Amino acid sequence: MTTAETEQSSKLREQIRQVLNAQAQPTITVLSSLIAVQDSIHYLPDEAIKETATFCGSTINEVWSVASFYTNFRFTEPGDKTLDVCWGPSCHLVGAQQVLDSVHAALEIKEEGESPDGKVTLKYNTCLGACAQGPVIAINHHLIGKQTPESAAKIARELRGQSS
Amino acid sequence: MSTPFEDLQARAAKRWSELTEGESAWIRVGGGTSGQAAGADAVFEAFKSSVESTGVNANVSMVSAMGLMYLEPQVDILMPNGARVYYGNVNADEAKEIVEQHLKEGKPLTDRAYAYSGGDGSGVGNLPELDSMPMVALQKRIATRNFGDTDPHDLLQYVANGGYTALNRALTEMTPEEIVDEVKAAGLRGRGGAAFPAGVKWSFLAPSKAPVKYVLCNCEEGDPGAFNDKGIIENDPHTLVEGLIINGYATRSTHGYVFIRTGHELPIESARKAIAAAYEAGLLGKNILGTDFSFDMEVSLTGDSYVAGEETALMEAIEGKRSTPRFKPPFPAAAGLWQKPTNINNVKTLSYVPEIVRNGSDWFKSIGTETTSGTAIVCLSGHITYPGMYEVPMGMTIREVLEKVGGGVSVGERIKVLQAGGPLNGLLGEDAFDTMIDFDAMSAAGASIGSGGIIVGNETVNVVDLLRSLVAFNQFESCGKCFPCRLGNTHMLEILDRMCQNKAKSADLALLERVGTSMKAGSLCGHGQLGFNPIASALKYFGDEIKSCLAGEIAPGGVFGDGTMILPTRTRP
Repeated sequence: MTTAETEQSSKLREQIRQVLNAQAQPTITVLSSLIAVQDSIHYLPDEAIKETATFCGSTINEVWSVASFYTNFRFTEPGDKTLDVCWGPSCHLVGAQQVLDSVHAALEIKEEGESPDGKVTLKYNTCLGACAQGPVIAINHHLIGKQTPESAAKIARELRGQSS
Repeated sequence: MSTPFEDLQARAAKRWSELTEGESAWIRVGGGTSGQAAGADAVFEAFKSSVESTGVNANVSMVSAMGLMYLEPQVDILMPNGARVYYGNVNADEAKEIVEQHLKEGKPLTDRAYAYSGGDGSGVGNLPELDSMPMVALQKRIATRNFGDTDPHDLLQYVANGGYTALNRALTEMTPEEIVDEVKAAGLRGRGGAAFPAGVKWSFLAPSKAPVKYVLCNCEEGDPGAFNDKGIIENDPHTLVEGLIINGYATRSTHGYVFIRTGHELPIESARKAIAAAYEAGLLGKNILGTDFSFDMEVSLTGDSYVAGEETALMEAIEGKRSTPRFKPPFPAAAGLWQKPTNINNVKTLSYVPEIVRNGSDWFKSIGTETTSGTAIVCLSGHITYPGMYEVPMGMTIREVLEKVGGGVSVGERIKVLQAGGPLNGLLGEDAFDTMIDFDAMSAAGASIGSGGIIVGNETVNVVDLLRSLVAFNQFESCGKCFPCRLGNTHMLEILDRMCQNKAKSADLALLERVGTSMKAGSLCGHGQLGFNPIASALKYFGDEIKSCLAGEIAPGGVFGDGTMILPTRTRP
């Protein structure tokens, strides 16, 4: 590891320790800690797993078993914006597959993940909870309903900073 | 001398009269997750700035959603004379005109509004009364009684509408045993899906003399098509908080947890604010309302995992572990969260409790059917004209809900298929539409009220494609602890996938049934045990379609012409 990397890593560790210590609710666990870290820095780097283990008096194995189980956790840095597209059965009936297909094209990807410019992360969501407004998508957890393949692609392109 | 609760009520009455009886009009914008998805935030901001720039005398609040989601964003205006006019599908650009015409000129835009209530009926043109609209008139709102009326973040508005009187009565006039008996006598059955009598469940926990006991409220609600648990928490969180405190008192418990999935920002924020406000008002913490009962409550967040909604998996998640189900026994009432005696109830179940304590068990028992008292909170989505969240008395038929409340099919010619009660429950065909909504009648029809979600499909829906979507969800969400569930769902998904692509083999139906039987026998929790339900019920109502699909006689399913479907590639290690 180069000196620059080590320095960056220790800065990240410090930031994670602050997040872990700032948890306000009475019950603090491995899961609550991982959620707090991801809410703050949007992914779980190795440093987060290690610091959470130390903070909770747990092992790296135990923390990793929790982190790998819940599908909201991610382990690499996401794009600047996260775009969730619902693929649950309710949105499925009103056109979620076509929305996903057109978002793939707009982001130039074929599955979940980052657009090549690193600006947008696409996530398939099992249910965003606004089924009455389906098909639903969300930008950084803010929901937008009644999507069409065209409207969703336009939003995806705008998130990449491309004019529609 | 007045009691602490009387003081609270006096402050609440003052707050409510300022909002509803003063010289100011009150503009209420319906919020909630669905409202947000429809654009309510921008509409709210537009009304605030229009009121400011026009200089009219009006309060603007973001309130709870009414449940009429097809009308969102929805705005209503209460005039100082008591007349309330409701506008639906409001665009932010219209705010200024509505404010100017309605508030400044005193002329409601009757061609833009959809209903009115209150007042003397003058100046509202031909608008219908809100209560005369079938999707309102057919409802019996108990758990959702405040929807559309109050600001969920204002405890005083809840108290002004009768809130916390049940808790006050419970703590000052009733023993814990009397409350358990009242809940039993009301015939309240658990709304989480299992329909177990809530009072009986409470009576398992109540006698334990353990110094620490937990009551948990389950709002995992990962079911596609269901949004009533999150709906109650985000729209009227105090009804749940009050219900959970009463649950705690009745079972002599010390701590309550409200369990929600991370990422659902509105319900989480709403629950957190409500709990903080309840502490501040002396409704939580030490010596609640001056009595010797003390009780603490907090929100516990889970990561994305559908199985976390299973009661023992839920306890694993609160403890911060992987949310996989535990072996039973021991049952939660003996050894639950952190091995302490524990009760778990669904949001809806708890949200009925304040009204049951306030109005008595006879009143609740008089609503609904013989075996299922009370209401069902149904969420309509898919190909339905009026999607939304409606609280209807148990005993209404599915057809009445679809046609009278939901307005029938939205696109296409007829409703062909329903997915009711969450992805582990059945599909229903037209033959079942006269089934009464009631736990036992629905179960006999091969479905379940379950989560309360009803996803509606028209005649264009390919049943095998819908099954694939449900099984894909179940496969993605299997926690992986029991291999019959983990591999069984994967195997069923493969078979359904090739059926959709017209590549089925003749033995595939028998194979599906064999896999389904193994899952039922070899899985620890409902996720595996019920995994074959959608297919079993589809065979009952759509057997011919499935058989012609197996024989390659119908066009491929899916939307891309070749029968393929886009699916997530992530798995749980």
